[in-house]
Amino acid sequence: MQQGSLLELRGIYKSFPGVKALQNVDFTLREGEIHALMGENGAGKSTLIKVLTGVYVKDEGDIFIKGHDGAVQIRSPQEAQRVGISTVYQEITLCPNLSVAENIFIGRGKGAGVNWRTMNKKAGELLASLGIAVKPTQQLASCSIAVQQMIAIARAVDMECSVLILDEPTSSLDESEVAKLFALMRKLKARGVGIIFVTHFLDQVYEVCDRITVLRDGQLVGEYEIESLPRLQLVSKMLGKELDDMADIKNDMKTFDDDGGTPVYEAENLCSTEGIKPFNFHIRRGEVNGFTGLLGSGRSECVRAIYGADTVTSGTVRMDGKHVKITKPKDAMKNGIAYLPEDRKRDGIVGDLSVRENIILALQVKTGFFRPFSKAKQIAFAEEYIKLLDIKTASVNTPIKSLSGGNQQKVILARWLLTHPKYLILDEPTRGIDVGTKVDIQKLVLKLASEGMSITFISSETDEMLRTCSRLLVMRDRKLVGELVGDQLTQNTIMATIAGGDQNVG
Amino acid sequence: MSGKLDPKGGGSVFSRVLRNQIFIPFAALLLLALFNLIADPSFFAINLKMNSAGSYILSGNLISIIDNGSELAILAIGMTLVTASSKGQDISVGAAIAISGSVLLRVLCGNDTRPETIQAPIIVAFLVSAVAAMCFGAFNGVLVAYFRIQPMVATLILFTAGRSIAAWINNNELPIVPGEEFTYFGGYIPGCPLPTPFLIAILCFVLTWAMLKFTNIGLYSQSVGINEKTSRLNGLNPELIKLTTYIILGLCVAVTGLIKVSRLSTINYSVIAKDIEMDAILAVALGGNSLSGGKFNMAASILGAYVIQFLTTTLYKFDVQATALPAYKAVVVIVLVVMSAPVVREKISRLTKKIRSPKRTAENQA
Repeated sequence: MQQGSLLELRGIYKSFPGVKALQNVDFTLREGEIHALMGENGAGKSTLIKVLTGVYVKDEGDIFIKGHDGAVQIRSPQEAQRVGISTVYQEITLCPNLSVAENIFIGRGKGAGVNWRTMNKKAGELLASLGIAVKPTQQLASCSIAVQQMIAIARAVDMECSVLILDEPTSSLDESEVAKLFALMRKLKARGVGIIFVTHFLDQVYEVCDRITVLRDGQLVGEYEIESLPRLQLVSKMLGKELDDMADIKNDMKTFDDDGGTPVYEAENLCSTEGIKPFNFHIRRGEVNGFTGLLGSGRSECVRAIYGADTVTSGTVRMDGKHVKITKPKDAMKNGIAYLPEDRKRDGIVGDLSVRENIILALQVKTGFFRPFSKAKQIAFAEEYIKLLDIKTASVNTPIKSLSGGNQQKVILARWLLTHPKYLILDEPTRGIDVGTKVDIQKLVLKLASEGMSITFISSETDEMLRTCSRLLVMRDRKLVGELVGDQLTQNTIMATIAGGDQNVG
Repeated sequence: MSGKLDPKGGGSVFSRVLRNQIFIPFAALLLLALFNLIADPSFFAINLKMNSAGSYILSGNLISIIDNGSELAILAIGMTLVTASSKGQDISVGAAIAISGSVLLRVLCGNDTRPETIQAPIIVAFLVSAVAAMCFGAFNGVLVAYFRIQPMVATLILFTAGRSIAAWINNNELPIVPGEEFTYFGGYIPGCPLPTPFLIAILCFVLTWAMLKFTNIGLYSQSVGINEKTSRLNGLNPELIKLTTYIILGLCVAVTGLIKVSRLSTINYSVIAKDIEMDAILAVALGGNSLSGGKFNMAASILGAYVIQFLTTTLYKFDVQATALPAYKAVVVIVLVVMSAPVVREKISRLTKKIRSPKRTAENQA
């Protein structure tokens, strides 16, 4: 092993039936560094992490860890923990109904007895030393997601891990929460912990990381010092091509003009049980608009009200000028509305079912209970959209849960495109997705709009909204506070509108 | 399954067979058959003989298996759907069979417990009992779907009360159905050498096949069982789908009740279809279906039901005492269920891969 390195992977191979997930991958983590692991979906990031944490067993290659002579075998998550590798996943894997202290110490007691007072005291000290402002006796569920994540990290740190893996920890956090998380990461770094940081947010990589390792198609592209790799080059290394594509989409200015005709969808004083203030909204044929605002500002709740996903309490809705009643998702579907939900895993996929069944689900429901599609037709539908959206799957019968996140998202998108909606709602369609797929989806949105589909697009990334939307509706504290069109569509105006207060809004 | 070779499916024909869910109950059946073949080949003998009614019927262990296993197989159909959609099982089917059987007797016999002739056409009596059984199924379904009570807890109510309700329907009397005709359903139709329960079961399988083929109940119930939130957002009504599966199970219960009561022409409230719920759940598990809901394979469940009956008959054949039967059964069941557990199956498939892969590399080098 090299001087100062904590963890070295050499020549790792891992393949699944039909896929070579990792080929000859090297990775080095040094003491006290934050190391970003970057790559597109299917580049092998998740597989590498799973090899490291013992979820998968590598086919070939060696793992060296500081303090252990020779190559280390990691065959299970327990073994990974024993050699000092801890992981905090995007989804919180703690017990929400236990207290913070219990969560930190669960499964680690020696002997049967529990000394509650010592446990709470120790937990308190640990939390204080890491600057996490939470009481050890508080129930975990009452903490925010960000705090829960930090508690998971605290637990990992306390188990004397030297290697901490953070897998997409920031995707459900807002900016101030991310800042807190980064402060914690820097603290750990100062203590000599090596952190592997997996994320899709480029900004965050450049804010907090020291080194970047890029993977592509299961192979190592290279390891870089952060200073020596400008953002644009990172993206091109991840994609394996120059950035014409990205430039393309920026130059392709939106050509939508508001002709003042009858809106495809129009709502007045729409309100749901999820605590949003009644709002007015309309969208015309071929228009792309978007809801923007901070996390929790009510943008998702608005589109859920439009789709009838939450219980609608008031408001009138017109489609193509005609009054319609949308109280449940099926009503919306019948009226030609499609909705791609924010939380793919919870609301989007039907995990155990095949890609084929996931693609045809919505159209099948729309067609009716007594009119199932033949198997041949289902396969034809699925294959058409697998090709159209370039979904990477072994076959149409592969369970969707074994696909990578981006490909799952494409399957859900395929499901809704198959219903040929008039009005498509996309809530965070690009979250947790690599840059290449993001661009694909943005291009697709613009293409569909040019063909006459109306689309509402929600994203946490303002760039993306600016690239696709011709009108932005700004939300603050569960209330629609502004509408931006034309020249107003700039980062600054959006920020100012979101911030509100004394700022002069155009 | 199409006969075409799928290049992306991977593996040989053998490994694809191994991965198929129906392989588990099928392998169990083969093992049991093999065991019997070695121990006593006469187990498989089928004779044509004359019964007391004067018509030729088939007899033998295999016939007794398809005869007695039919009730379980019919129940397994409903249980599979209920398991898939509601992620739990209905433990009240035994008690519900008592109720539906009791209703059947009540309609057939009227107020008199020893009538000279039947008081209503059998078809009418069956329909009334079917409606009753479906109502009780709906009761369970409403508790599970709309009140969101765990299936086992919700159905515990009828499990406890069902047999009392059954006794109450006939004022705790034990009516006897007069006439030959009614015994056909649990026995033999004159001129037909096959037991009627098996014929009824075949009819049920065909109807089930048609239901799965011509409606979306399969896709919907699996989808609801796997992810209720997603299902709702895709326009499904999860509550209604769960309720439907419980009502279908109610219909299966009514058919089973008809066969059970017909076998004796009367009923014993505390014994009829006793512990059948556990066997029905076991059939679903033996079919390799997850008891926590989601994906299912109907054919595997049905085969699982017959495997259980095969096992029971085998044990009887070896003169295992009736009281000791459950203990022997338990041992075999443990082995079968462990073998069909996904964890074990994955391990086995990994093991076979390991055994074969060194060979392959050796071939490559040579």
